[in-house]
Amino acid sequence: MTTYRITASGDSRSFPAAHPFVEQATTDGVGHVFTGDGAGAAFTAAGDLASSAFVAIELGQECLGVHTGESRGEEGSNVVGFARFRLGRADPSLLVELVRQPATSEAAIAAARAAFEAAGLKVAVCGDFPGRIIDRLIRPYLNAALRRLDEKLASAEDLDKTLCLGLGYPEGPISLLERTGLAEHHDVTLALYGALGQEPYAPARRAQVAKARQAKGI
Amino acid sequence: MSEIKTIGIAGAGTMGAGIAIVCARAGFRTRVFDVSQQSIDRARGQTEGFLRKSVERGKLAAEKLPEIMGAWSGTTDLADFADCDLVIEAVYESLPVKHDLFGKLNAICPETTIFASNTSTISITEIAGGCGRPDRFVGMHFCLPAQLMKLVEMSPGLSTSDDTFQRAWAVCEALGQKPVRTQDTPGFVLNYFLIPFNNDAIRLVEQGVAEAADIDLAIKAGMGYAMGPLELLDLVGMDTQKLLCEAMHGVTNEPRAACPPLVKKMIAAGWLGKKTGRGFHRYQDSKMFGA
Repeated sequence: MTTYRITASGDSRSFPAAHPFVEQATTDGVGHVFTGDGAGAAFTAAGDLASSAFVAIELGQECLGVHTGESRGEEGSNVVGFARFRLGRADPSLLVELVRQPATSEAAIAAARAAFEAAGLKVAVCGDFPGRIIDRLIRPYLNAALRRLDEKLASAEDLDKTLCLGLGYPEGPISLLERTGLAEHHDVTLALYGALGQEPYAPARRAQVAKARQAKGI
Repeated sequence: MSEIKTIGIAGAGTMGAGIAIVCARAGFRTRVFDVSQQSIDRARGQTEGFLRKSVERGKLAAEKLPEIMGAWSGTTDLADFADCDLVIEAVYESLPVKHDLFGKLNAICPETTIFASNTSTISITEIAGGCGRPDRFVGMHFCLPAQLMKLVEMSPGLSTSDDTFQRAWAVCEALGQKPVRTQDTPGFVLNYFLIPFNNDAIRLVEQGVAEAADIDLAIKAGMGYAMGPLELLDLVGMDTQKLLCEAMHGVTNEPRAACPPLVKKMIAAGWLGKKTGRGFHRYQDSKMFGA
C-alpha cells in the first residue's frame, strides 16, 4: 500500500470522526493528503509536491481546477481531488469520489485509490465536473420527487413505496430527504444549478421553504 | 357486481407472460391471448419452466404445479375472453393498437368485465376513451419481471368509477401484489423517475464525467442501490430504453426523457445490453432478462 501523510485544515466532511484512513497515515508517507475545509489553501501553501506519489485534496462543491489551475484542457499532474460522499446530515458513506483532470497521471490515481481502498473505502474515479457523479445524478431525481409530491402524483408514502418496491431502492426520496435534510439538499442543488444552469437542478419549492425556515432558525 | 374468477391477459410477450404467471399462481383461471400461437407456446413454456424452478427452490409445493398449469390456457381467438371478469392488456405501446384491441373486447366481454392496461407510458384516460366503457377501465402497471416484482401502479383514468378502481385494487391484493395509487400521468411514478434518471447516467458517460463502471459503483456504494443505472439499462436493453424515451418524451417534452444520442449509437452497433453480450458492460452470459 502507498503510505501517505495527512495535513488537516479545519472541519473535514469526509472524515468527521475517527477512521482507519486517518489512523493509517504516517508522518513520512510518500503521498500527501489535505483534508478539511481549508484543504485547498493548505495545498497551495505547501509548495512543490511534484515528487509525491500522489497528492489528494479534499473537495467541497468546487472543482479541483480551482486549486490546481487549468490550461487548454491539458491540465493534470500527480494531484487528485476527493470527497467521501455523504448526503446532507447523513453519516459519510463508503464511497470516495476521486477526481482527476485530463492529464492526471495514472500512477497518482492508482496510488490514491490504493490508499483509500486499504482503509475499506470504495473508490469511483470521475472527471473534474460540478457535482461529480452522485450529486449530478440524484439531485434532479430528488427535485423531481419534491415537485411531483406538490403536484399530487402520489402520496409521499406511495412515492417512496413505489421506488423502493419497483427499483429496490433502500429508501424512498421523500423519507431520504426528510432524514438527511431538505435545507442541505437546497444548498447542494442550488450550487449545481449555478454551475450547470440546468433547470432540473433548480431547488424545488419544498427545498426552498426548508431553507427559508432554516434561515429563520425555525 | 360478479366476483372476479377468470382473468384474461392480452399479449403473451415477456410482460404478459409474467402477469399470467402471477394470476394463475394466485388461483385465478387465466386465459392468455396473442395473435401468434408461437408466442402462446413460448409463454406457456416459460410459465412451466418458472414454476418448476420455484418447486426446485422450495418456493412452490410440487402438487401445485399441475393445478396452476391447469388454470392456464392460451388462445389466439379473442372471442375466448367472453367469460373473463377482468382483462389485463399487455400489448405493444401504441394507442391505436390498444384502442383496436379494447374496441373488439368491448363487443365480446360482458358489461361487468373490467378492462385494465399494463401500459407504462400512455394515458389511461386516453386508452379508456376508445374502449366503450371508460368507467370500467383502470391502469394496472406491473413491473418487469412481473412474476418476481410485487409492485403494481394502480391509476384511475378521469372516468374510472370508484367501484371499478376498488375492485381492481382488491384483485391486485388477491394476486399477492403490492398496489400503489398514482395519478394518470405519463410514466406514472416508476418510469417518470426511472427513464430520466437512466438518461442522466447515460449523459454522464457521453460527457466523459465518468466511466460506466465508476458510475455504477458510485451509486451502489454511495446510495446503497442494489444495481447501478447502467447495469440496469443493460438488463432493460437499449432498444427498450429508446422506446420508453420516445413514448414518454413524445407526451411530456421533458428534456431529461429525450433519448440520448449514445443510446441510438449503441443500438446501431448492436450493443443492446446483456441480451447481446455487450451494452455499457460486457457479458459472457447473455440470457434474456426475465427468461
